[in-house]
Amino acid sequence: MMAIKMKKGSPITDKIFKYVAIGAATYVLVIIIMIVVNLTTGSAQVWQQEGISFLTGSDWNSVEGRESYGAAPYIMGTLVNAGIAMAISIPLSFGIAMFLSELAPKLLRTPLAMVIELLAAVPSVVYGLWGLLVFRTYIQNWIEVPLHNLFGDQSIIFAGTPFGLDILTASIILAIMIVPTIASISKEIMLAVPNSQREAAYMLGATKWEVFRIAVLPYSKSGLIGATILGLGRAVGETMAVTMLIGNATGAAAFPSSLFGPGQTLASIMANEFAEASQGGLHLAALVGIGLILFLMAFAINVVAHLLVAKVVKSHEGAVLA
Amino acid sequence: MTKIILGLTLMLILIVPALSLHASAQTSQSYTITGAGSTFVFPLMDTWRVEYNKIHQNIQLNYQSIGSGAGIKLLEQKNVDFAASDAPLSASDMQQAPGVLTIPDSIGGITIAYNIPGIDKGLKLTGPVIAQIFMGDITSWNDPAISNLNPGVNLPSQKIVVAHRSDGSGTTYAFTDYLSKVSPDWKTKVGQGKTVPWPIGTGGQGNAGVASIVKSTQYAIGYIELAYVFQNKMTYAFVQNADGNSFVEPTLDTVAADAAAASTNLPAADGDWSQVSIVNQPGSNSYPISTLTYVMIYKDLSTVSGETSDKSTEVINFLHWIINDGQQYSTGLLYVPLPDSIKKIDEAGLSQVAFSGGAVPEFGPIAALVLAIAIASIIAVSTKTRFGFNPKF
Repeated sequence: MMAIKMKKGSPITDKIFKYVAIGAATYVLVIIIMIVVNLTTGSAQVWQQEGISFLTGSDWNSVEGRESYGAAPYIMGTLVNAGIAMAISIPLSFGIAMFLSELAPKLLRTPLAMVIELLAAVPSVVYGLWGLLVFRTYIQNWIEVPLHNLFGDQSIIFAGTPFGLDILTASIILAIMIVPTIASISKEIMLAVPNSQREAAYMLGATKWEVFRIAVLPYSKSGLIGATILGLGRAVGETMAVTMLIGNATGAAAFPSSLFGPGQTLASIMANEFAEASQGGLHLAALVGIGLILFLMAFAINVVAHLLVAKVVKSHEGAVLA
Repeated sequence: MTKIILGLTLMLILIVPALSLHASAQTSQSYTITGAGSTFVFPLMDTWRVEYNKIHQNIQLNYQSIGSGAGIKLLEQKNVDFAASDAPLSASDMQQAPGVLTIPDSIGGITIAYNIPGIDKGLKLTGPVIAQIFMGDITSWNDPAISNLNPGVNLPSQKIVVAHRSDGSGTTYAFTDYLSKVSPDWKTKVGQGKTVPWPIGTGGQGNAGVASIVKSTQYAIGYIELAYVFQNKMTYAFVQNADGNSFVEPTLDTVAADAAAASTNLPAADGDWSQVSIVNQPGSNSYPISTLTYVMIYKDLSTVSGETSDKSTEVINFLHWIINDGQQYSTGLLYVPLPDSIKKIDEAGLSQVAFSGGAVPEFGPIAALVLAIAIASIIAVSTKTRFGFNPKF
């Protein structure tokens, strides 16, 4: 065993170390507090003017003299958009993760995992442009038009003119964007399950699926929830690609009633209107208010995630965390 | 010994920048003019930057195309020499930034582009019909309101797909300005602004976004900046003029004719421009959906941070150049050159720009102050004080 030589530590370096660490930790808190304070004061005007109807109303009018703002369609739009994206991406990502951790030959595992991580690093504007210029026409011709012809305007969710810039396309692109995030984390979590668990299950004569169900899944459950929540966080906040594809309706027209109708999310309306909102006006306050709602929504998602993870951890001693 | 070295180092640290600053203040006549705002005018502004730099090599232009609204914000914070905007200052903006001159620097036209298979450019439309299409009152291409204007054209029985801008923009401002002027219904139900509550339609981001929707979607219609439509070879409508006697094709000439007809009604550069509109002007050759784009500058440039008297002269020279010699680069980039009548208003406005002086101190006193501090600290360090730099533990 090698002896480790240590210089006698001087108290001053210890102190510096301590304060630097404390300072760095304080930075996070200060930033959060500043964000909340700024968003609150910046949007005070719109809360005074609109009151609770800023949350429940659906008017969105920035014409001078007729200003009126309600964020309900965009809150709904964000939830629906993220919800559809999650519904598509969760089975896909877990499938990828299960294949990589349980089934894939070792030779295939590393390159495939690398490709998935590469996909996670593609900037959202690239996904957006690809969606707008290429992918949209496929969605339109292969999915939307057939569905529309089959069910027509009688059904509510397939009503409207199917031409590719709508909630469905935005959700699918969003799902494609968050799959790599969820898949790569889920894979790590499944790989972290001790092999002794799998071996024990095989000893009992379990098949591959049974091994996954009785040995891997209970151990990785909380981690998988964590991975999903990370994906959800990205889906709720994603701006660029969604703005390019969702069709950007405003006001009551933005209520997500049909999959083939244009919508709007909290993030996309900010991206659309922030640059030209006039300084000190109600319009700017309303957009900052949208920011506050989005911040609180992201905050709530994280709190729920922590509660869920905590609950799962309690029920399974030794579960793997994200 | 260490103290002498320390003293010399300190002297160098303090004196060298002081001397070099002093030197640069004496010899340099190189200036960077800063501007920010409109993305619409950026290609033209960038050409102006290159061309002006060829004849005035000491002048650099730093123009940031961050959007008209953001440019006006920077002007209100007095961070830029000028702002460029596609919409005039609103009443509330004028309160935030009093004493701002509005100088038109170029003209834009807005076309109604469409995508109907088998139909070339030149579908005839009137203002009220366009308003009804964008309000959702006319939903089909073979609606009598459209087919009556276009006898002999075989219009399909297809739903109209309406595309509009989703981002706040001067193009929307001018387009809704036109619709409010020609359709009382539009004025009461929707109104005019950089973003308006669209009753129907899909929003695309920027001219590129709307153009992408119209080009790739059959039976779509949208309003797009003239230059963009020409470059992308899209099909566009001829719009009825204000006189009601002809349907005018949007070209650089017809847009210029409309702007020239409006120039008699324009206010002085320091006046209230918030109600200015050049849409729907008389003249049989006036294309009715046109808009001015502006440069905005403080009448007293000394209020802008970092401005000096010499630099303000260069800023004014540059603006003079863009409204006169600079206009020759417009047509090549599909912008409409200013007619002489608007140039005159601009010249009168620029002649009002002044530099009240005294806001920025000359460099001499600052250099002297730095030198004095340097000398004092050398004395303080080299005398045998107990003041040391090595921390003792």
